Amino acid sequence: MFLLTEQPIQPPLLKQSLLHHDCGGFASFEGWVRDWNEGRRVQSLLYESFEELALKEGEKVIEEARKRFPIRDVKAVHRTGHLELGEITIWIGVASRHREEAFMACRYAIDAIKARLPIWKKEFYLNGETAWVGCSHCSKLKQKNEATCTQ
Amino acid sequence: MTMDQRSYQLQYFAMLKEWAGVDKEEMSSSATTPRELYKELRDKRNFPLSDTELRVAINGDFTDFDHNLAEGDQIAFIPPVSGG
Repeated sequence: MFLLTEQPIQPPLLKQSLLHHDCGGFASFEGWVRDWNEGRRVQSLLYESFEELALKEGEKVIEEARKRFPIRDVKAVHRTGHLELGEITIWIGVASRHREEAFMACRYAIDAIKARLPIWKKEFYLNGETAWVGCSHCSKLKQKNEATCTQ
Repeated sequence: MTMDQRSYQLQYFAMLKEWAGVDKEEMSSSATTPRELYKELRDKRNFPLSDTELRVAINGDFTDFDHNLAEGDQIAFIPPVSGG
């Protein structure tokens, strides 16, 4: 199951839903809002998604993880909206009979989600500037004093 | 020679939305593929991203830039993603 949510992610509830008695291992990954990126002090983040497509692609990733690794259950939730420092940006949990496939499926899911889902992160910096992450054209545009990613 | 004009529904996200100043718009064009449409759009709106930096989705599914467009298609050009 893959979900998007504007509400704070609650790992204990999610983990509870993956508790199966035929499983001997559980692995999870949490992404957190960090206070710096590429030398800049980050104050908060905004995540925007193309919801319809992100949900479809997220489900595809979940199904791929199930097919590639002999796991029992997997769940992933990605936050959207405005997030403060320390908040959870994404949570992935995998339950399996043994630990190895839980680790591997968890790693597969986070890498695929980061690379493929139509979700964008905008950073709000301590100095009042903002920028979309991964937008190499923002700085070029800024130099040319045209429309920029910063506001 | 007359070129058939079709109407397309464009959706914008993240930096493209900020550059366009709107999150969606209707566009009439003779373009028959996303590649042709984006070229026209880039000229019109001065988007700095080239099509090699984008992905494209038609009616809510990823597709390729040479896909044949149909009247009324909902088209989203997907700028570089940064989820996770």
